[in-house]
Amino acid sequence: MHGRIRTWGPGALVLLPTVLLLGYFVYGLIAWSFNTSLTNRHTARKGPADYVGFENYGHLFTEDRFLNSLKNLGVLTVAFIVGTLIFGLIWALLLEKGVPGESIFRSVFLFPMAISMIASGVVWGWLLNPSQGDDARGLNRLFAILHLNFLENPWWTGGSRWTTMMSIALPAVWQMSGYIMALFLAGFRGIPPELREAARVDGASEFKLYRHVLFPQLSPIALSALIILGHISLKLFDLIYAITGPNQFRTEVPAILMWNTLLRSDQAKAAAIAIVMLAVVAVLVIPYLALTVRHEEER
Amino acid sequence: MRGGLSKTLALVGAAGLLAVSACGNSDDSGGGDSSASKDVTVFTWWADGGEKAGLDGLVSVFGTECKDYKFVNSAVAGGAGANAKQVLANDLQAGKPPSTFQAHAGAELKDYINAGQVDDVSQLYKDYGLDKAFPQNLIDNLTVDGKIYSIPANIHRANVVWTNPTVLKKANIDATKAPASVDAWIADLTKLKAAGVAAPLGLSKGFAQEMLVETTLLAELGPDKFKGLWDGKTDWAGADVTAALNKYKTLLSFSNADREAIDWSDSLGYVNAGKAGYTLMGDWVAAQQLANKVPETAYTYWPAPGTGDSFQFLADSFTLPTNGADPDGAKCWLKVVGSAEGQKAFNTKKGSIPARSDADPADYPKYQQTAMADWKKDTIVPSCAHGAACTAGQNNDILSALSQFSGSQDVAKLQKALGTAMKTS
Repeated sequence: MHGRIRTWGPGALVLLPTVLLLGYFVYGLIAWSFNTSLTNRHTARKGPADYVGFENYGHLFTEDRFLNSLKNLGVLTVAFIVGTLIFGLIWALLLEKGVPGESIFRSVFLFPMAISMIASGVVWGWLLNPSQGDDARGLNRLFAILHLNFLENPWWTGGSRWTTMMSIALPAVWQMSGYIMALFLAGFRGIPPELREAARVDGASEFKLYRHVLFPQLSPIALSALIILGHISLKLFDLIYAITGPNQFRTEVPAILMWNTLLRSDQAKAAAIAIVMLAVVAVLVIPYLALTVRHEEER
Repeated sequence: MRGGLSKTLALVGAAGLLAVSACGNSDDSGGGDSSASKDVTVFTWWADGGEKAGLDGLVSVFGTECKDYKFVNSAVAGGAGANAKQVLANDLQAGKPPSTFQAHAGAELKDYINAGQVDDVSQLYKDYGLDKAFPQNLIDNLTVDGKIYSIPANIHRANVVWTNPTVLKKANIDATKAPASVDAWIADLTKLKAAGVAAPLGLSKGFAQEMLVETTLLAELGPDKFKGLWDGKTDWAGADVTAALNKYKTLLSFSNADREAIDWSDSLGYVNAGKAGYTLMGDWVAAQQLANKVPETAYTYWPAPGTGDSFQFLADSFTLPTNGADPDGAKCWLKVVGSAEGQKAFNTKKGSIPARSDADPADYPKYQQTAMADWKKDTIVPSCAHGAACTAGQNNDILSALSQFSGSQDVAKLQKALGTAMKTS
């Protein structure tokens, strides 16, 4: 008996603080938020609040402002993931070929990730100035100087959801593409050279080599990248806040709406938005976790 | 094995310490209750510039009037108090209020009142004679359900248009006279545009647009119906509101394309640089022009067209938080805030005017002298953009609706959204 405690005892002791902290600060507070979202706690007043079931959720899904923020988030997520994967993959392909000074390029592409989003958001806010023509500033000015005036556009102040949210996705793509490049590059380097040699000996063209031999090897990495990017996009707050400010209907996402709601002390509604966001992220992450766990058990 | 176990224990101990320190953090922040001395913690968002100078003026009066107490500055920097309000909300929620905190006077206090976080100070108005010193009109605007919850330190005017006479001369417009109505203003704007000023009306994001909507509504509806919009007596769905919003839409068409991306100081810069002829902004512009060394001959100002008889006010005020650490010290601070010396020390530095009607205009610079004269004779109406007429929540919804309108230009949708916003709390 004593011996068995000795085997698993120290391990359990070491784990215990983590379990306690995570249990309280993550799962406990999720439960707390969920509980709050079921009440009518719409002010900062202390004391007991009545339970109203899922009324807050019902209200959310009939509210223009919330539905708008969800749609914005959908467009942002698609634009951000597609953009980042494309640029990350292109850069990884270029570097994978072994260009001279590869490490310099690798660093250059990775550097944007070292900048905090709130800082890059401030700068991108200047770059994405919507003025055009003689007043043009930022990127529009650059287009004018390069005689590419047809590219000038109102960026995130434009009329359609796609243009506004793609303008928001642009800085995010700039920031995260380097990271995706690093992931893919590591993936390419992990593929044994024998596979390429075998394919070349069999007479595969360069395109076919990538299409049928190398890319399938990268699919687990692509999946991880998708999950990482997806959850970054769903949580995006600081970048949008820095570029457009807190009350911009056209670029509002649930995270910003939640912040606005909490600032007016509507705790129940803010909690409900938080739980919806958690559910959206869970839809993405849980299948991935399930898949990973199954893979590991098979090994 | 002994070594292994003790290492484990050491690790567990370290982790436990971390956990304890993480939880214990809340003790050393917040109110000065631990010192049990005569500290008066004053929470503001006046951290620099003229605002800080004004606060310092108040503090020096406090130092002589309230010798028993010690002033503790608890200012949080950041635009119009957005950051400060969050810090304050946390402290109030945790039951550790400062001795007194800054808040916009009027409806914005409702959030704190509903949450049971501020006390009624009506009695202090009687004790300090403030019910006589402040204009009755102002006291009516501050009263919520028969009670007053804060003491204003200053008054700002929101409905002021600032012009560049050099630009206006291009279309032979007299910069010293305000157009009689919104329509007359639109006619002038049209002339300016024809004279080659592409965006004659300098406009910036967020609350600047809200202020323009408000003054347009005020001009078209008149002060009584305008006040009714905020207390529920005027119907937001009315045809006169529709007409006013349509004029706002026309005004927007004269403004700069980057209005969503710039701040009010930038649109003022457009006017100073001659790119725009007009901008509408509160009278803190006077202090800003002074700080930027723009000579008084380079700009003129008048009340927003059609609102000449109204003084749209906003006020910074101080409250008495419920269960504050040292209410007597806080009351002494409030006494200083309401007193003639306190208001003079504060307002001559901050560039606002005193709420008291017995102040001597000779103590103040040129702009403030005209504002003080208007303060005495005009109808006083509240401003929603600065918390006098609506709560933080209503304001948030209105800002969101206006940013949507700035793109979509859908008047019917805006009118509906504004009505809905005022129905929330």
